[in-house]
Amino acid sequence: MRETRFWTWHMAAGVVIFFLLGMHMLIMHTGLLGHVYAPFAGEAVSRENSQFRDSRLTFTVSYIFLLGFALYHGLYGLRTILFELTLRPAVEKVVRAVLVLLGVGLFGLGVWAAIGARTMAAVGARG
Amino acid sequence: MTPDSALTKPVAFHVTRYNPERDPAPSIQTFSVPVREGMTVLDGLHFIKENLDATLTWRYSCRMGICGSCGMLLNGRPSLACNTQVLHIATAELAVAPLPNFRIIRDLIPDLRPMFENHRKLKPFILRGADGEINDPSGEFFQSPEQLEAYLQFAYCIKCGCCMAACPTLATDERYLGPMPLAAAHRYDQDSRDDGRKARSPVAGGAHGAFRCHYAGECSRVCPKGVDPAKAIQRLKRQLVLDYLRLARKKTPCQKLHGPGAGPPLPNIPAAPPKTAG
Repeated sequence: MRETRFWTWHMAAGVVIFFLLGMHMLIMHTGLLGHVYAPFAGEAVSRENSQFRDSRLTFTVSYIFLLGFALYHGLYGLRTILFELTLRPAVEKVVRAVLVLLGVGLFGLGVWAAIGARTMAAVGARG
Repeated sequence: MTPDSALTKPVAFHVTRYNPERDPAPSIQTFSVPVREGMTVLDGLHFIKENLDATLTWRYSCRMGICGSCGMLLNGRPSLACNTQVLHIATAELAVAPLPNFRIIRDLIPDLRPMFENHRKLKPFILRGADGEINDPSGEFFQSPEQLEAYLQFAYCIKCGCCMAACPTLATDERYLGPMPLAAAHRYDQDSRDDGRKARSPVAGGAHGAFRCHYAGECSRVCPKGVDPAKAIQRLKRQLVLDYLRLARKKTPCQKLHGPGAGPPLPNIPAAPPKTAG
């Protein structure tokens, strides 16, 4: 049942990514929610607007969620493609370990960056 | 007997030949076969064997699309040789090759053993909690026409291997269970007499099980019996996920009935008259 669990989470991650990327498109590229999440003048990607979003806990949490789900979705997909090449069991083990380490490493780096951006934005807001 | 030349048309049969004991690799041999309207590929192969080359080897049995023995690749499409008329798929050239995704035993004979081993792993038979219930001949399981309808389409499978030959996943992942065994698992999971879903799930949902299907749909396109294995696999995936999430409806296998009249009557069937003797 392990593969069923992996695949179910793969599908769930796809739905979460669809929602979060949809929000990203609405905020950053359509301007439909711009007045809420980009209150300063200029584009949504301007420094002030980015700092405004980075200082909010909701955004930090959503960045971490998006990163985690996107990494899981992508790396599981890559694992599936690689395993379809009928690799030897020993090679499969190595691939599995490399992908887990890569995923955990990139997730850690991303979380550190998201928290760092939040801290910097908070410092910037205080002046 | 050579067919009447006025009613026939010559078709070049490009047949794959391979004897693993002698040949380093498969090769193509061409035979000119006089084809008449209604003649099947199997008839053409018989013509070659009787008149042109007695060493040509293939597998067949029923000659009427029931046994599933004569699956082969005809002009690039996995088909039954007995069920395919030459002039329906070719005008002058016909490529006849063994089913891909299988080892070749000789000429047009694929080694279907891996398919049947996978089939066996998925326990393709009615499973009940107690063996005694299965083996007790004094009664029968009640199954309504609607319950039969739930799996009937998937029960038409003749295990010809055409779906396995058409599967792009199986072409790269030789450990993938394949469309036929997975469709068979779904067929038994859907059977109201069966209580073996839990026993099949670890294999069906395993590392090389249903989740490796990309839904290319080729298996369903080539199936000579209209079984639609791709649909069965998608439904199997849904069932596995619902089981994992504990959202699946609990299945109560049907009961065994002992003696006539013990089951619920069909609608609009009047009750039997009272006994007049005994």
